[in-house]
This record gives sequence, C-alpha cells and structure tokens, in this order.
Amino acid sequence: MNRMMKHHLFWPLSVLGALLLFNLVYSPDFFSIKMQGGQLYGNLIDILNFGAPLILVAIGMTLVIATKGIDLSVGSVVAIAGAMSCLTISKGADQNSLGLVLGAVGLALVLSLATGLWNGLLVCGFGIQPIIATLILMVAGRGIAQLITDGQIITLSSDRYKFIGAGSLAALPFSIFVVAAVFAAAALLTRRTALGLFIESVGTNPEASRLAGVRSNVVVLVVYMFCGLCAGIAGLLLSSNVSSADGNNAGLWYELDAILAVVIGGTSLNGGRFYLTGTLVGALIIQTLSTTIYSVGIAPEITLVVKAFVVLAVCLIQSESFRQAIAQRWRTRRYPGEKEVARHVS
Amino acid sequence: MFLNRKYFPILVTMALFALMMAMGAFRYTGFFSLQVLFNLLIDNAFLLVVAVGMTFVIVSGGIDLSVGSMIALTTMMSASLVQQHGVPPLVVIPLVLLFGCAFGWAMGAIIHYFKVQPFIVTLAGMFLARGLCYVISLGTITIDHPAYTSIAMAKISLPGGSFLSVNVVIALVVVLAGIFVAHYTRFGRNVYALGGSEQSTLLMGLPVGRTKIGVYVVSGFCSSLAGVIYTFYMLSGYGLHAIGTELDAIAAVVIGGTLLTGGVGYITGTFFGVLIYGVIQTLISFEGTLSSWWTRIAIGVLLFVFIVLQRALSARRSTVKL
Amino acid sequence: MTNAQPILQMNGIRKSFPGVRALKGVDFRLFPGEVHALMGENGAGKSTLIKTLTGVYAVDEGSVLLEGRPIRVHSPQEAQAAGISTVYQEVNLCPNLSVAENIFIGREPRGFGGIRWKEINRKAEELLSERLNLRIDVQRMLNTYPVAIQQLVAIARALSVSAKVLILDEPTSSLDSNEVNQLFAIIRKLKGEGMAILFVTHFLDQVYEVSDRITILRNGEFVGEYKAAELPRIELVSRMIGKELDVLEELPREAEEGLIDRKVWIEAAGLGRQGAIDPFDLAIREGEVVGLAGLLGSGRTEIARLFFGADRADRGTLKLAGEGGGVRSPREAIARGIGFCPENRKTEGIIDDLSVRENIVLAMQASRGWLRAISRKRQAEIAEEYIRALNINPPNPEHLVKNLSGGNQQKVILARWLLTEPKLLILDEPTRGIDVGAKAEIQKLVLALSRKGMSVLFVSSELEEVLRVSGRIAVLRDRRVVKEFEGQGIGQQQVMQAIAGG
Repeated sequence: MNRMMKHHLFWPLSVLGALLLFNLVYSPDFFSIKMQGGQLYGNLIDILNFGAPLILVAIGMTLVIATKGIDLSVGSVVAIAGAMSCLTISKGADQNSLGLVLGAVGLALVLSLATGLWNGLLVCGFGIQPIIATLILMVAGRGIAQLITDGQIITLSSDRYKFIGAGSLAALPFSIFVVAAVFAAAALLTRRTALGLFIESVGTNPEASRLAGVRSNVVVLVVYMFCGLCAGIAGLLLSSNVSSADGNNAGLWYELDAILAVVIGGTSLNGGRFYLTGTLVGALIIQTLSTTIYSVGIAPEITLVVKAFVVLAVCLIQSESFRQAIAQRWRTRRYPGEKEVARHVS
Repeated sequence: MFLNRKYFPILVTMALFALMMAMGAFRYTGFFSLQVLFNLLIDNAFLLVVAVGMTFVIVSGGIDLSVGSMIALTTMMSASLVQQHGVPPLVVIPLVLLFGCAFGWAMGAIIHYFKVQPFIVTLAGMFLARGLCYVISLGTITIDHPAYTSIAMAKISLPGGSFLSVNVVIALVVVLAGIFVAHYTRFGRNVYALGGSEQSTLLMGLPVGRTKIGVYVVSGFCSSLAGVIYTFYMLSGYGLHAIGTELDAIAAVVIGGTLLTGGVGYITGTFFGVLIYGVIQTLISFEGTLSSWWTRIAIGVLLFVFIVLQRALSARRSTVKL
Repeated sequence: MTNAQPILQMNGIRKSFPGVRALKGVDFRLFPGEVHALMGENGAGKSTLIKTLTGVYAVDEGSVLLEGRPIRVHSPQEAQAAGISTVYQEVNLCPNLSVAENIFIGREPRGFGGIRWKEINRKAEELLSERLNLRIDVQRMLNTYPVAIQQLVAIARALSVSAKVLILDEPTSSLDSNEVNQLFAIIRKLKGEGMAILFVTHFLDQVYEVSDRITILRNGEFVGEYKAAELPRIELVSRMIGKELDVLEELPREAEEGLIDRKVWIEAAGLGRQGAIDPFDLAIREGEVVGLAGLLGSGRTEIARLFFGADRADRGTLKLAGEGGGVRSPREAIARGIGFCPENRKTEGIIDDLSVRENIVLAMQASRGWLRAISRKRQAEIAEEYIRALNINPPNPEHLVKNLSGGNQQKVILARWLLTEPKLLILDEPTRGIDVGAKAEIQKLVLALSRKGMSVLFVSSELEEVLRVSGRIAVLRDRRVVKEFEGQGIGQQQVMQAIAGG
C-alpha cells in the first residue's frame, strides 16, 4: 500500500477519482454513455473532447518545463494556428477541397514550429531567461493572430476542416485520436530515443550534462519546437470545433492551465524528471473541475479561485522550505543566513 | 554627470519617445499638441501607477503577474461596496488600498519564506483576484455615486487651454513618490541592492526579508491605487477590466530601461516607457487604417529589441570582468 | 606590536552538518595589530570557522569571546554590529550600486529630504583616500572597476562600520602581483593602526610575506598556532597535509617504469588561462599516469579542466599527437577519447535526480546521439556490470544517485567514463570522501588501466596516492607548474619541498 502511495500518479489519480465520484453523487447519470447516430455521447466523452486542446498544450509544456524552462506564448500560438488555417481556407475557392484543407493545416503547423524555433533560439542562442523570452511572443503573438484575422472572427463552412475538431471516428470524437497520437509520439520520442534522458539530464544539472557531452542547445531547441507544434495542433482542434477563428479569445490563458496541469501531474517547475501521464491526468483534473463546477451550478469563473488554491498548494508541497518549515521550524529560526548562504557554500 | 554610463538605457528610451513624437508630428496634423500628450496621460494614468509598482518588483529581481487582476478586483470591490452596500467612498477607498497591501504582503511572504518562485505565486494571485471578482459579481456594476462621477468628469484646466484629469494628478504624484522612495530612502536602496545580488545583500547585513516582501506590498498598493483610478475612469466594476495589463506594465518597465534580471532601472524610465506605450496607441489610432492590435505587435517588437540589447550589453560587461 | 590580550578568542568550537563534522573542537585567537593567517587544505574547516564568526552558521558547542566578553552572533547583521567585518573572495558587494553606496548602504545618513547623497559621496571619498590611499570616482558603479579595487571598497565598508576584526577570505585569488602588493600595503597600514586581521589564503608565498601568526586546521581539527617567523615552510606544508617529516618513508612505487620511449598522446605547450593557471608545458604519453601534486588552489584542477575543454585556454596550444586538433569543448574532448571525473562531483558530476543506470550510460549515450538509444536491456546489463566491477553499493541500478554515499557517487561517475573507453582519463580528486578500502581499489584500477594502455591524468591532494600511481609528477605552486619529477625514486620529501618552495 505504501509503495502504491509513493507512486507519482497516486495523488493525481486519487484527486481525479474523487472529482468524478463527486459528480456521480451529484448527478447519478454522470457516467452514462449513450450511442446516438453512430456516435457515443456522455459527460466522460465531453471531458476528453473539450479537454483535448489543453492536454495537447500541456504535453508540450511538460517537456519545456522539464528542461528548467517555461513557455508563456502557447496561448498566442493556439490563436495564430487557428487564425492561419481559417484564413487560408476562407481564401480558397472550394472551402471543402481536401488539398486546401491539408494545405491550410500544414501551413498552420509549420508556423507553429517556427514560433517554437523562435522561442528556442532566444533561449539558447541569446541566453535569455525562458520566462522573458517567451513573454515577447505572448505579447506580440496575440497581435499577430488578430492581424491575420483582421480583427474579425473568420467563419468557415468546410466539413473536412470541421472533422478535425468536431468529427468522429469509430464512434469517438476525432480529437481524442489526435491527442492519443500526439501523446504516443511524445512518449515514443522521449522514451524510445535518448531524448528523454537528455531532457531530464539537462533539466536536473545543465553543467554536469555539458561535461558529460550532452548537446543541451539542441535538446532545448527541439523541446521548444515541439511545444510550439503541440500548441499549433491544439489551435487547429479548437478552431475547427467551432469552424471559426477568433484571434482575440482563442487560447486565452491556456498557458496558465497548461502549467497547472504539468505541476499537478508531478513534474517539478525546477526541471528534471517529467511525467507525461501525470500531465495527462492533471489536464483531465482541470477539465473535470470545470465540468464539475458547471454542473453544480456555480459560475464557471469561480474555477479561477479554485485553480489559484490548487496551484499554491501544489507549489508549497513541492517547496522544500515549506516541508522543512513544517518539520524543523525552530532549529534554524535564528540563523536565516544558514539556509540562504548554504546554497552558495562550496 | 549625465554622460555617466548608467544613464545610457534611459537616454535611449527618452530618445525613442522623442523620435516617436517627432514621427507623429511629421506625419499627422494636429498630433503635436499638448492635449494629445495629455490625453495620452489621461488614458494611461492607471498603467503608469501600476508600472511604478512593477518597477520596484522587477528591480528587486522578482515579477508580479497579479496586477491586472488586482485592478479589476479593486474596481469590483469598490463598486460593490459603494453601490450595493452604501459604504461611503471615503471609507471604501482606504479600505481597498489596505486590501491591496495585504494581498501583496501575502504573496511576498510566500515567495520569501517558502522560496516559491515569484512567477508562480503571483500567477496564483492573478487567478485568485480575478476569481474573487466573479464571486462578487458576474456582470458589471455601474457606479453612479456623485463623488465618483464628479471626480471622473473633473477637468483641471491648464494655461493654454488644455486640461488634465484627477487621475493624471494622482499618477504623477505616485511617479514622484516612486522616484523619491527609490533614490532617497533606505528601503529603495535596499531594493536595488537585492536586485543586484541577493547573496551580497544578505552578507552585507541588509534586511532581505523585509525588502522582498516590501516590494510586493508596494506593488499591491500600486495595483489597488491604479484600480481606484480605473474606477474613476470607467465608473464601473467588472471582472474583465484590465485584462493583460500586467503584460503592458512589464513591457513599459522593460522599454523604460529596467533590466528584467534586476538591480537596474529608473522610475523615470518607466514613466517614459508608459509614454511610449501611449504614443504607439495614439500613432495607430491617428493612422486610422491600422487596427488596434498593431499596438500589441509593436510592443512585442520593442520588447524584443530592448531585451536583446540588455542581454548584449550585460554579456559584454561580464566578459570585461574576470 | 602585539597586545597581551587577544581581541578575539574562540575556544572548543564544534560544528556539524548532516553527515559531516566540519569543526571538531577548534581554538583560535586573534590579537589586535596583527595579521593572522588561517590555513588548511580542503575540508579543513577554514570556511566553516569564518562563517560561524560572521553569523551565517550556528555554533554547536564552544565559546566566542570578543574583547573578553562572550558573544553570540546570529546573522551577518549582528556580526557587523559587533565589529566583525568580512571581505569575501567573491567580493560580496552589489555590482549595480555606486562605490560610495556600497560602502554606506544600510547605514545611509538621512535628513529631511531623504538620504543625503552629497554627504555619502564626500565621506566615501575621504575614507578611501585617507585610510586606503585610493582616489577614485565614488559615484561610478562598482562593476566598472576591476576586482582589486572592488576589494578595497569592500575593505572600506568594513572600516566604515568601525570593525575591530577584519576577515579577509582568499582576497588575492583574482589579483595580479601588482594588485597584491597594493593590497598588502593597505594591510600593513591597517595593522599599524591596531586592526586585528584574519587572513585566509592558500598562497604560501603571500602567507609569509604579510602574516605574523599562522593557525593550521586539518580535517576540522586544530593542529596548532605558530608565529610565522618560527615556522619553516616545509613544516607548514607537512602539518597541513598531515605528514610528519621524520616519518616520511619511501612508499612502494608501483607505477609503470620505462615509459620514456612510449609515444606522446597529448601535449600542452604554453597552455594557460588568465587568472587560473600560468602558461605551462605538459605532455602525456600513451599508457602513462601523470600526477599533479600541489596544494589546494595551486592550479591542478584548472589544468585538468583545460585538458578536457571544460574551460577555454586563452593562450598556448593543446594538441593530440598526430591530429593537430585542439580540445575546445567537452564534446570534442569526448570525441577524441578523453574522459573527465570532475573535482566537484555534486555540482558537476552526478545528475542527482537520475538513477545509477542513467548516470552511467549518459556520456556514452551523448556520444552516440539521441537517435541511437542504448536499449533498456543493454543499459541494465551495463549498469550491472559496472556495479559489480566497482563494487557500487547498494547494487540497485534504479537507485537514485542522490541517495548514494559520496564514495559510491564517485564510482558511478568513474563507471560513466570507463564505459566510453577513453584513451586519456582525467581524474580530479577521485578518492576524496571515499573510505580506505575503496581508495585502494581505485588506485589499483588506475594502475590496471594504465597497463592496458590508457593514459591517466591524476590529480589528488593526497601526496601518498599521487606518488603511488604516477610515473611522472608535475608539481604546482601558486598557479604555476614549478617542477617535474620522473622515473625511479621520486621521494615524498622531494615533492613536498617542491610544493613548499622557498
């Protein structure tokens, strides 16, 4: 029992389970899944479907955070990707043509990769702190998205495009398959190649990694590009779901939710070991939380308050000072210098 | 004295501002009037106040992402107390200012005592404040209390026919107070020391904890004061007020020459940073054909240029030393 | 010159950290008008002793008397108030503030309009010119001045707080010889004014140039207090590294002989790095074990790092025989067949949140690139193999490295490099913190490797083991290579003499 409790997924899964259970108690048919017109419907399906963009962004964010970095621009990239693809399609003669749709999707993805490259170059090439480097794109990116959509909401009527976010395959929403594919790709990329080892190594001790011959620059660059790509795919899902692109509101505050999901999932903000499954559970928790609050009848904006406390709680638990403070507060209370300078002592 | 190298960044900022004003005057008729400049201040008075607080935080080496939400919360609290509970403004305003200080103190304490990164703590603060807005009310609460409306409409006439609003006066007082605190009080100097090197500050026997928490209290106070100004400006409390203001404030501070790594920066620089922000907005609205989101892009570009410049300058400095 | 009463007296000081006893009953006394040098090798406890004086650490046991009265100092603030001021090696001032401000911050004179800047600037100028013979623009930012001046500013700050005790912690590490002379002139002046100065350094020449008294610590223990004039260099060195002069014997040398005709594998010519090591020549032959001997701070680690490309040299060349290429980065070094176990294994060696297995395969994996991953199964095999070969405990490859003891961590790093089968293995203090049995194992391993044709660059503070394994020894003192010994019959005494110099 003890070993199970120590497993990194234990607490996240318990919290998720508790939330789902609470919903079940509140509305007994919460878990029901109905088949209608060849598609499955139900609350659980909705959670997966609506949470898909967040899960994608969070997956990319996990790897970035693992390298001791952060990407604040993902929300803007979500908007840019959606805007770009919708614009491309809206300019085409036949909005439903396969070539056009694929081209638009391809263009949006390339653009997302480019944003990741930009962020990565700022961090590696210029040596700028990640939070500052990605802040630039966060500010400017929203403007770029609005520029692309010209301030309007571009609406489409393209069944092929709509399929991405709102279509279904084998009775399940297609978005779930997209998420599964990206998750699998991330898992394969990090666990089947040495990339995962390098990421964790660079995130735990960049200097020792350098002395061991790890190419930290390439690792960091790849990670930011992947994060950009994930955000781009999320943007496509989001915009295709509503068949439109809103440069103003798409992806708003996604970065915060993504960071929250990663942190809840067990990956530390200080970098190092990362847990993709943990992030997945974390994102599901956030999505379920929103659903719970909605179904209970509290205004959805209240979620913000709950999220605030959850973030704080998780960070405090992760903070060694907090744990130590609880454990041995009195012993070093009179020597603030001891803890502070200890870090700098050889 | 002004040839001193440390004034270089702020001179760049001032030059940039002058350049932009010149561009505007050259391109558009009616641009180069005092009223245009004053309108700039009127519209961005609240940003100026917030940016002063943000300057202290960033100079100390931290960051505060909660300021926008704090503004919104302040407007909401004020509106709710004044309109729905009939509390007189003379009580409400000090109350919300006190709340801002307390909120800032709480964040600062967590950051200092538990060593949690400022970015995440103030992020949580941002969530919390905005969420509390909605707890109070989901929609707008309009303010029609005579004290507020009269302040909102007051025009302070200046010789020459132009006018300012009360908000601008408050903002300018805050700027001057900020300059005084930063350069003439021990607290202010400790903030600069902390941003320069936390370890040195500790070993030199300076009060690290008090200073660290202090800057967040200052930022909280400035955010709530900016919220009060915002209430005079918008005459309503609303959860969607001031979204993104924290980014605007950070941008203004950086463009004003403050290093995001801490230790270097001037309130005067921030003042010009806000002016530049305002000028960009004005230029774009004068242009007519450009849409307002170009402001975002322009700010982003400027931010990029300044950050890279800062990085290049600091890299060069560190290779000169051994 | 010396008062009868010490101004500072520390008795029986004990201080422990989790897992290590840093100070085991140390006595120390400081007289006014004297310069007292505190000396000791790594782990001796010098740094810890100073930090207990300045309020950074709490003393577990023992008493501290300042001017005859017991004091307890809980923070740097209190130390300063009590009259104990420290100037650290890294000059702990604020680089972004002006010179005058650095001197007075925390105690700025205030008036109605706030801080009185004119007064601060004036007082700073006076202080610097009168007591330190330094005339500079006090309004310029501190970091526009070289380290030597910054240090003098730090001393000025100490003086302005009316220090009774001035502690100088490794003040000359970043200074050139002119600046050192300047500093010593100031020290002598202050000494003449009655200041009590505690001087920590590892530069032997400087100790004798400026100190009146010397206290030696070793392994947290107090070895003795001596008058500088009465302590010959060789005795100082032998007491610091723990070898009694008359007990020196020729230890059985097991190093390989007759290597003179082997080919040179790598050669440094005039290689140097400003502030770290003066230009030196050193060649390492195939299958040779070259040892670097010298005191802490004499430049041994700097040489090791240059050979691996961990630091960039700014003069001279480092060439691999036959290829002519240099070594400019760790990746290049690894590609050419060099491995490096760093001195500071905690910060530069182990990736502490990763497992033993991951730490061992890291360098090998890095050289293969990210696509050609070593399979999990193979990784486990490799880990098991090296766990057995080096006797790593606990023998669980999934154990997190941060939970291993220091000695076992060292073995993990060793395994990492052995796996890459390097042609030159650089070991910087490989047996530090390892128990006696494991030490012998590693020494034997080094010899076995050299017999198989691997070259080894061996850095260690323990003269005994350097002598035991090395076929050639380069002796360093004060950041210069001063002598090379080769072949039969290198004796401990010879080497110690070279280290001590004079």
